[in-house]
Amino acid sequence: MEKNVALIALFAALIAVLGLIPKITLGFGVPITAQSLGIMLAGAVLGSKRGALAVLLFLLLVAVGLPLLAGGRGGLGVFFGPTGGFLFSWPVAAWLIGFIVEKWRQPPLAVSVFVASILGGIVLSYAMGIVGLSLALGKSLTESTSLMLVFIPGDLIKAAVAGALTSALAKARPSSVLSRA
Amino acid sequence: MISLTSPVKTRAHDWPAGLKLAGLCASTLGLFYITSPYAHLAILLTILAAYAAPGRAFLRSGLRALKVLWPFIVIVGIWQVVIGEIADGLMIVMRMISAVALANLVSMTTRLSDMIAVVSWLSTPLRKLGMPTQVLEIAIALVIRMVPVLMGKGTRLTESWRARATRRPSWRLVLPFTLLALDDADHVGDALRARGGLTSEREN
Repeated sequence: MEKNVALIALFAALIAVLGLIPKITLGFGVPITAQSLGIMLAGAVLGSKRGALAVLLFLLLVAVGLPLLAGGRGGLGVFFGPTGGFLFSWPVAAWLIGFIVEKWRQPPLAVSVFVASILGGIVLSYAMGIVGLSLALGKSLTESTSLMLVFIPGDLIKAAVAGALTSALAKARPSSVLSRA
Repeated sequence: MISLTSPVKTRAHDWPAGLKLAGLCASTLGLFYITSPYAHLAILLTILAAYAAPGRAFLRSGLRALKVLWPFIVIVGIWQVVIGEIADGLMIVMRMISAVALANLVSMTTRLSDMIAVVSWLSTPLRKLGMPTQVLEIAIALVIRMVPVLMGKGTRLTESWRARATRRPSWRLVLPFTLLALDDADHVGDALRARGGLTSEREN
């Protein structure tokens, strides 16, 4: 119990701190932040339940007014803004990533985390985010999707990094990757 | 840790936080049912007046939080001009600004302690079902405490990278950083247990 609460709280803090890393701008001018890498890692490292709870705890603190989102944003406004759907997708994405990594054990860990991060952090997250975007901007789903396509290369990089990091973590300290414990 | 609550005291700071949150949900939902652009203009102007009422410092920090919306305003603006439905575009932009501005207004006029009291009140049904909700309060406090601690550790990792390498710090730093956080979680878990644990009856 205590161990789990501490892990969930520390990972929520880790997601917050990853948001402070200055954003990198990809070659074609699209900024990417490390915060969604934190969401992928939460699922991949903590597993489905704890990962989703860590993300929920992080979002709860954002909602009550702490400026923990990348770029120092926070408060209730971010949930009602055009990108709110992405925030709502994060706990579900962390859960799905954790679930896939827990169940799909044949391939090397890095591959399993990479594929899980694509399904959770890109497919699912964009699906929910795009619904939110189309509601806020009054655009059709196809039109909203075309607005978000530029961010996919950055998220593919993050999924690969999440895979590499989780597998390195498993080598450095096997017991720390709880989705495979 | 700075919260987004405005240091400028307003009358709304003393309104019950639960009421403000319920009102926010209702009015945001309402925004999507209003189709008249004039009504949207009136709503937006009322909200902006509410930002301006407590003084210039309040207005400035409020508008800063809305600045993140400008890329979306540009996108919708160009789009609507291209398809020739400018009135529609104006309505969408006003609705988007109103929704975010209203939510931000609640955040600015509600203290962190009041917000956490609402969270704790919302979790009452779970407590009645026998879930240990005091765990949630401890978890919130832990995150607020550990964010600055991890920030300090992250800074030191970056400094030691800079001291040894000529290249800029890369994503590779996230690995030792995650390990540090997991180690901290171990210690915090032990410390919680040593102090009597979180649930007195359930643990071994």
